[in-house]
Amino acid sequence: MNVVEAKDLARDYEFGAERVHALRGVTFEISEGDYVAIVGPSGCGKSTLLNLLGAIDQPTHGSVSIRGNPVAGMSDRKTTEFRLRNIGFVFQRFYLMPTLTARENVELPMSEAGLGKAERGDRARELLKYVKLGHREKHRPSELSGGEQQRVAIARALANKPAILLADEPTGELDARTGAEIIALFGQLNTDGTTIIVVTHDEELANAARRKIHMRDGLIVDG
Amino acid sequence: MRFSLAWSSLRRHGTRTLLATLGVAVAAAMLLDMVMMSTGLRESFRELLTSRGFQLRIAPKGTLPFDTDATIENTSAIVATLRANPNITTVSAVLGGTIHIPIGNRVVTSAALGIDPKVQGDYELISGRDPLGPNDIAGNDDFLKATGAKMGDTLDVASGYDPQLRTYAGSRKLVVTGRVRFIYGAANQLATAMQLATLQEMGGSDRKDDASLFMIKARNDSEVEGLRTWIWRNVPGVSVISTESALVEVDQRLSYFRQLALILGSVSLFVGFLLVTTLMTVSVNERISEITVMRALGVSRAHVVQQIVLEGVFITIGGAIAGLGLGLVTARYLNSILSSFPGLPVAIDFFLFQPRAAWMSLGLLSLSGIAAGVYPSYRAASLPIATTLRQEAIA
Repeated sequence: MNVVEAKDLARDYEFGAERVHALRGVTFEISEGDYVAIVGPSGCGKSTLLNLLGAIDQPTHGSVSIRGNPVAGMSDRKTTEFRLRNIGFVFQRFYLMPTLTARENVELPMSEAGLGKAERGDRARELLKYVKLGHREKHRPSELSGGEQQRVAIARALANKPAILLADEPTGELDARTGAEIIALFGQLNTDGTTIIVVTHDEELANAARRKIHMRDGLIVDG
Repeated sequence: MRFSLAWSSLRRHGTRTLLATLGVAVAAAMLLDMVMMSTGLRESFRELLTSRGFQLRIAPKGTLPFDTDATIENTSAIVATLRANPNITTVSAVLGGTIHIPIGNRVVTSAALGIDPKVQGDYELISGRDPLGPNDIAGNDDFLKATGAKMGDTLDVASGYDPQLRTYAGSRKLVVTGRVRFIYGAANQLATAMQLATLQEMGGSDRKDDASLFMIKARNDSEVEGLRTWIWRNVPGVSVISTESALVEVDQRLSYFRQLALILGSVSLFVGFLLVTTLMTVSVNERISEITVMRALGVSRAHVVQQIVLEGVFITIGGAIAGLGLGLVTARYLNSILSSFPGLPVAIDFFLFQPRAAWMSLGLLSLSGIAAGVYPSYRAASLPIATTLRQEAIA
């Protein structure tokens, strides 16, 4: 079963009088439980594609469906709700809330989804244990290393049991050893059933994926 | 979660939050003081005028009670006319004057009221007894202190004094019978009370049957305006003032105070609003990436706005509570200065604390705190997520 279906997806940006075609019409499917790496040179449209899949940007034309739900054209409120329930985001710079503890950061999407305090506390602890940070739940981001912060961000992304996990250069800010830990964690997540789409320049991370999509000049050239 | 996130965001910049809260507290104190001042003086006058139950006052035509030295003649006839009306339960005639008491080489000068002790509404007896006899006099603490007189002492009292010739007119020996507190007395004012007839006689033939003021109690409050009209028709050459009309007069005379209070109160509110808006705008701009990530994670625009507005409300409410205390302390201090103005009844409060006024100013400030957070938070929550994240990453 396809969890992601993109058809003729295009995204243009206006820079004054100039029109930049970041994505020129891409079509592909990703199956449930797949682990896909989107690779290509800088400016080829990888992150633009990820943003469209994650419903944080709207295509100029074409369509995206996640688990059969068309994402494009939804109201802001519905798109926000859709992201909350279906998409897990992992960013290059972690973007944890600096005033919240690791557990509170993981609880944040669950709180928004309306889970009760006890239930979300239990699940946050469970997720932190899963990413091997059970002992750091009361630590704030400033008290965690880069790798630990990224693991908290991964736990946060999994909070509402999303249909897909989207990661944009998740090892970009980490050293090789910590990057390898994150790659291993992604592998474990996929083995446990999570559909992962990762945008990366990191060859090791790309090689860990089951499938690679190569992009150039806003088009899929392979995969 | 939003509550704790808002609280922790404020704690993250503790000093800045504290300074902003103090700024709001000062604005709140000023706002509260202005609200207290705009209504306080009027309410204080109302309480003073109604404290003894008299609803009507008769003064010489075109004047307010004791505004001038003018008097009303034929007091006895007027009292008789007034008492004949069944809707009038009490008539208290009062004559105001000045008395002089030579003590050694000095002369103590004091205000004097000629009253009917049985129906008077000008003083409260603290100790001793009312001046029931024709040679009795009661004085306030300032008078007793200035003369050194004690209960039972006899004083040489004159109603007239020529400082060039050092001669006295209308002299009489009066016995101190009571220590009293004058309801309408000014701060540090020497004041005495004696029988109306005594002060009239001391004033000589010119003041034989004069009064400065009549205070009247009506049977019912609803009859006051009817009685006012009736007195106008039956007692010529006087001004008839009800508590309400006196308050209208007070309002007119105090319009300057109210305008000042309104302007300063509005300025305070605006300053508080600007302060919170500035802080919220700075805070939001610092956290654009956090806010955008929250939006990416699925936090709704409304919840982002709520969380930032909550921060503004925390600062505003904290500032308002601190401002309430600060405002009460400054009002008390300012009141002590203004109440010692010469000629003003000491019982008048310029800043009267009224819970309604306090809630009103707190409410206004809280509203301004909410309004202050709405614009910057809505603007931040409405930024395009993908573009903002890219710009933040580049920055």
